[in-house]
Amino acid sequence: MNIAEMSTMLVWGAATAYAIALVSFTMLLARKADAGVAARQAAVVGAGAPAPGAVDLDPASPTPGRAKAEGIARSTVLVGLALHAGAVVTRGIAAGRAPWANLYEFVLVGALVAVLVLVALERRRTIPFLGTAVMGIVVLFLAVAQVNFFVPADGVQPALQSYWLVIHVGVAVIATGVFTVGFVTSVLQLLRAGRARGGALASPRWGWLATTPGVGALESLAFRLNAVGFVLWSFTLVAGAIWAEHAWGRYWGWDPKEVWTFVIWVVYAGYLHARTTRGWAGARAAWLVVVAYVCVIINFTLVNLLFPGLHTYAT
Amino acid sequence: MSDVKTPEIGAAGWARWAWRQLTSMRVALLLLLALAVAAVPGSIFPQQPQDPVAVAEYVRDNPTLAPWLERLGFFDVYASPWFAAVYLLLFTSLVGCILPRMRKHARALRTPPPRTPRRLERFPAHSREETELDVATVLDRAERHLRGSGPWPSYRVTRLDDDGVAASVSAERGYLRETGNLLFHTALVGVLVCLVVGDFTHYRGQAVVVEGRGFANSRLAYDSFEAGRGFRPESLVPFRITLDRFESTFDPATLLARDFTAEVTVDEPGRDERAGTIKVNHPLSVGGAKIYLMGNGYAPQIEVHDAAGELAFSGPVPFLPQDTVYSSQGVVKVPDVTSGPQIGLVGYLLPTAVEEPAGFWRSVHPLPLDPALVLSVWTGDLGLDAGLPQNVYELDEEGMTQVTEQTAAGERPRTVVVRPGQTVDLPEGLGTVTLGEELPRFVALDLRHDPTLTVILVFALAAILGLGLSLFTPRRRVWVRARHTSEGTTVVEVAALARGDDPGLEAEVDRVRLAIAGQEEER
Repeated sequence: MNIAEMSTMLVWGAATAYAIALVSFTMLLARKADAGVAARQAAVVGAGAPAPGAVDLDPASPTPGRAKAEGIARSTVLVGLALHAGAVVTRGIAAGRAPWANLYEFVLVGALVAVLVLVALERRRTIPFLGTAVMGIVVLFLAVAQVNFFVPADGVQPALQSYWLVIHVGVAVIATGVFTVGFVTSVLQLLRAGRARGGALASPRWGWLATTPGVGALESLAFRLNAVGFVLWSFTLVAGAIWAEHAWGRYWGWDPKEVWTFVIWVVYAGYLHARTTRGWAGARAAWLVVVAYVCVIINFTLVNLLFPGLHTYAT
Repeated sequence: MSDVKTPEIGAAGWARWAWRQLTSMRVALLLLLALAVAAVPGSIFPQQPQDPVAVAEYVRDNPTLAPWLERLGFFDVYASPWFAAVYLLLFTSLVGCILPRMRKHARALRTPPPRTPRRLERFPAHSREETELDVATVLDRAERHLRGSGPWPSYRVTRLDDDGVAASVSAERGYLRETGNLLFHTALVGVLVCLVVGDFTHYRGQAVVVEGRGFANSRLAYDSFEAGRGFRPESLVPFRITLDRFESTFDPATLLARDFTAEVTVDEPGRDERAGTIKVNHPLSVGGAKIYLMGNGYAPQIEVHDAAGELAFSGPVPFLPQDTVYSSQGVVKVPDVTSGPQIGLVGYLLPTAVEEPAGFWRSVHPLPLDPALVLSVWTGDLGLDAGLPQNVYELDEEGMTQVTEQTAAGERPRTVVVRPGQTVDLPEGLGTVTLGEELPRFVALDLRHDPTLTVILVFALAAILGLGLSLFTPRRRVWVRARHTSEGTTVVEVAALARGDDPGLEAEVDRVRLAIAGQEEER
């Protein structure tokens, strides 16, 4: 087995570990939902008085089953992270350069950053929804990358031989990873706000929502993540312009990739403004995050694959 | 006629109303979203400035839709009036928003922190405790801590005598938040101004240069030249560039390009001749302009003798590479024949030529390991005498006929294959064609001059700096009140308030408490 094959093996290993983490996080969510239902039934039976054996809704008080699922989830994420990091490093060694020069590698490293952000956020307290959603997206990303975008590890053409590859694409990957977790947090915020308004989201099926942090806390977490992502994205944009000036003789030429990078930047800027605009703060602003993240996904899938442009070697 | 009179608003009133609307946050937000939406079509439809060939194809394939798209500016979105309308309104709104904020911020910077509120216990972060220290010591320590030991104070602090019994310290930090915000928005205006100025004053020229030859930086020397309306010919520094050598390397396994290097000699007026290299990603700076390596290929040395045996054409002819193995297409136009019709040779240069099956040639390697020139022959009128500009890489087939031959498979174009150093007869006694021993390379150079480059970079970096400051500087107010009690102790109250969400607020109060207790952590 050579080092390039080892990288591929490690990716599958990481994806497997993340899949186990995904199942554990989902079980954790389901248990919380059950706990919500049980608590409500107990409350009905006991007519207001706390019934014996009623499950505490406070996520800080673990029941044995929950503690086990939580332990498995947390440890498999870390195992996956180690394998994932190994996959990225071996890929870089096999190619003899920074491992983010094509779509396959971009997705590989972007997913790694998303997991790193998740681990940092769940350092003190497990947020099962965040874990479930990020693990789900990351497993999907890794599988799609392996099956559809895989290219053998190789050197790059002269147009990509620049330290700006490390800076511009590296920061873009990190920004994408941060935006992914920010997106998940905003979705959670929307669900939580929807539950507060009643309707389908208030049904017992969505009981686990009650165990997530409140709307305000989620909003402020989403803001911090998306703000960090936005600054990184601004840097990606400027670094890309500097590189374009070196490589193509112009800093901005409305290449499809440039167009979409700009669109993403403007939509996130819109989100930051919406947060402080009356009538837009809260749910509407969070919807802008959803729109912006959809643009991020379009930018590194559809734009690469459908629109011809100067960035086509990214595939 | 109605008796009810509506109050007269008047033109000035309407203007004021419109201005207030335009500079409101809600309209700015809608304009931002409109800008995002307006930018998208430019990635979906082919764009005239980027890819005129694709636009022509699109127009041909969509004859009903294309004229409408054309009229509405969808083939040049970023120069269309509607796109300009959105960003000009957005920037007007931006300027209208930040100018009053600048005035307000300048005032705020000169204003001391506000008086300590009467009741501190109503703030989210608050502490209250008793100490043996006297009022002055408490406030001295609080003040020293809040000012910090850095080169500039972390908090702006004022000392207030509240009501004779109690005294307090009022402190505020985070002015940089608004400073950063204003810097960011001002820098964006700067970027836009630079874009406009750059477009007005820039020039850009493209030249194809064969090894051993050169070009001078003058309008006529370029194959194509394009400049802004404010361009003055004086800004063309009359330097001269000679291409000494071009080298390319390819991955032996995949044959993909690994390196392109052009070695040049630069002759700038008033300076000694110097050597330089141009690589992809590494432009060469000469005379206030930058020269980029945009393409390369082979320019075979071709001689054509006409039917009378006279030399009718001699020179290197750039053939444009079509694929990764440099199957290159080119045209040799021979107008100056002494007798007979004009000759056009159209075909491929194959750096490593292989014939398979008989009569079909292809290249298997990008380097000239076994080159061959495969040409089809045309005769007639090249159309050069009409004085109209022609594409040198295309033959105008209007007045030309292709020389064909009868084969078992029917009539097909007659081709001639020439190897380096060979002279081959052209069909129908038209003459001969000779390919030189050496296979010179050519480079496609792009020269660009834009005086705003440095300034726009400074603005872009200032925007990012401002953005970081405005998003991550915590804006806080801290108050410390000390009141002497009848028992001889001092009651110390600390409270803090943040603008917006601030998870570090409690910790800030704790640090102030520790500092007052004399347990300040070592920094």
